[in-house]
Amino acid sequence: MQKLVEIVAAVSSGSKTAIAVVEEHLARINERESEIHAFNLVTSDQARKDAAKIDEDVKSGKAVGALAGVPIALKDNMCTRGVETTCSSKILQGWKPPYDATVVTKLRNAGAVIVGKTNLDEFAMGSSTENSAFGPTKNPLDVSRVPGGSSGGSAAAVSAGFAAASLGSDTGGSIRQPAALCGVVGVKPTYGAVSRYGLVAFASSLDQIGPFTSDVRDAATLLEVISGHDPMDSTSIPQPATSLVSVLDHGVKGMRIGRVTDLPEGCEPDVLARLEAAFDALRVAGATVVDVKLPSLQYCLTAYYLIAPAEASSNLARYDGVRYGNRVDAADLNAMYAATRESGFGEEVKRRIMLGTYALSAGYFDAYYGKALKVRRLISDDFARAYKDVDAILTPTSPSTAFKFGSKTDNPLAMYLCDVFTIPTNLAGHPAMSVPFGVGSDSMPVGIQVLATTMGEQAMFKVAAELERAS
Amino acid sequence: MPEPISKETVVKVSRLARLSLSPEQAEKMTTQLVGMLEHFRDIDALDLSDVEPMTQPYPLNNVMREDVEAKSLDRQEVLDQAPAAESGRFRVPPTIGFDV
Repeated sequence: MQKLVEIVAAVSSGSKTAIAVVEEHLARINERESEIHAFNLVTSDQARKDAAKIDEDVKSGKAVGALAGVPIALKDNMCTRGVETTCSSKILQGWKPPYDATVVTKLRNAGAVIVGKTNLDEFAMGSSTENSAFGPTKNPLDVSRVPGGSSGGSAAAVSAGFAAASLGSDTGGSIRQPAALCGVVGVKPTYGAVSRYGLVAFASSLDQIGPFTSDVRDAATLLEVISGHDPMDSTSIPQPATSLVSVLDHGVKGMRIGRVTDLPEGCEPDVLARLEAAFDALRVAGATVVDVKLPSLQYCLTAYYLIAPAEASSNLARYDGVRYGNRVDAADLNAMYAATRESGFGEEVKRRIMLGTYALSAGYFDAYYGKALKVRRLISDDFARAYKDVDAILTPTSPSTAFKFGSKTDNPLAMYLCDVFTIPTNLAGHPAMSVPFGVGSDSMPVGIQVLATTMGEQAMFKVAAELERAS
Repeated sequence: MPEPISKETVVKVSRLARLSLSPEQAEKMTTQLVGMLEHFRDIDALDLSDVEPMTQPYPLNNVMREDVEAKSLDRQEVLDQAPAAESGRFRVPPTIGFDV
């Protein structure tokens, strides 16, 4: 894995060309992509052109951006003008968006070189990429195991060295869990910190875009570029991007780190052992570990799997065979809608649309969706109480290391349980990130999750940087 | 909490969601939804009468932009991506006159 900050330094100083950097990454893609399947589309020609342009700018002494020459992969649910964007769904196969997502514009303006669109669980619904309509992505560290999901392709692309960094989206853990399973850094920023204009919506009160990188400094650098207010996204926080790189060497002396005493059960012992080692490392570095209680955490899964499908059932109503994507012809409009959606959506997407439609339907709204929104408030209140006493909280990112293909596909609930530690922050709207911290009993990476309160990215990054130094 | 979801309700919901499930799919979906909804009963025991529902994580209200002319998407570029378009519009099958 090549570091993003090293590439920027080399390319902008002229000691290495952007085209050479891109060719190195394309060579690795060429070598292993048929085995890994991280991408739905590799945009080699455009990447070479973009890199050549950066080299020209460097040569002629023009200013280059903060990501000059960095090969970056995009999850295939982010709109790229004129370049196929599928969400790994048959219903959108072949669709070429008429505009770029704000994050894509920001990356391009900063000199990044986009190398392709990565595979995901269809419409970002899943925890293993096994729900992709185009086949699963393999974990580059052990191809018999899943890379996690839903941003599995983005995590695998960084882990395999296909790109120096990538972007994913995280609705219930879809950046952090695959980051943990593939041994890379993954960040879900505060809700509203990164514009979602041009991100295909799954659950709008939960979705957030964030980076995958090989280390914490790269993640801070990339997040600084993509953050900040965007008038095109009405949920965008009207504040400038938080400075993150500047705090990485601050250490954690005097910081208070929360240890959740009522963590939901079901975590593997080898993962819990790494969590304890992480607390020890932070103590050694001068932090204080404080016990906190989050009693409503046990209800997170229920709240999430009612709220997210409810929002999804509404968001995915737009795939009706009229304005974009694919259509299955039928005699009248209603029959066309049903035939199009029946053939275009995969099993998990249909399951969530059904669950969401049911939770929102007359007679059931109060019992399910209404109640879930109240539970969401309890969870948020629990966190608010805890953050009076601590600056950050540590939990495992995932209850286990990367699991084998097929081991959870027959039981949707077992798959949903993968998200038990990552869901709470989406419900609260807080930032959280996964940092690799050693390996489990199967020698696969373990990710430790660092959580902080709304706009608490600086505290989160200080702790993450310390864990990286200690690992 | 309501009674366990029935196959009839599943079929009704699938119609609301514009999904045409086969009888076998409806059967499987019913079993899976019953299992999930059973798991979700853990929140039944909570007293939530005084709790304010939380609809969004960050309190922003009435987000407006300046009322100035701005560039919109290119019409042809948008229509080029539609399954069927004609004379600058989306084309759809007949909307009336059939059994809905």
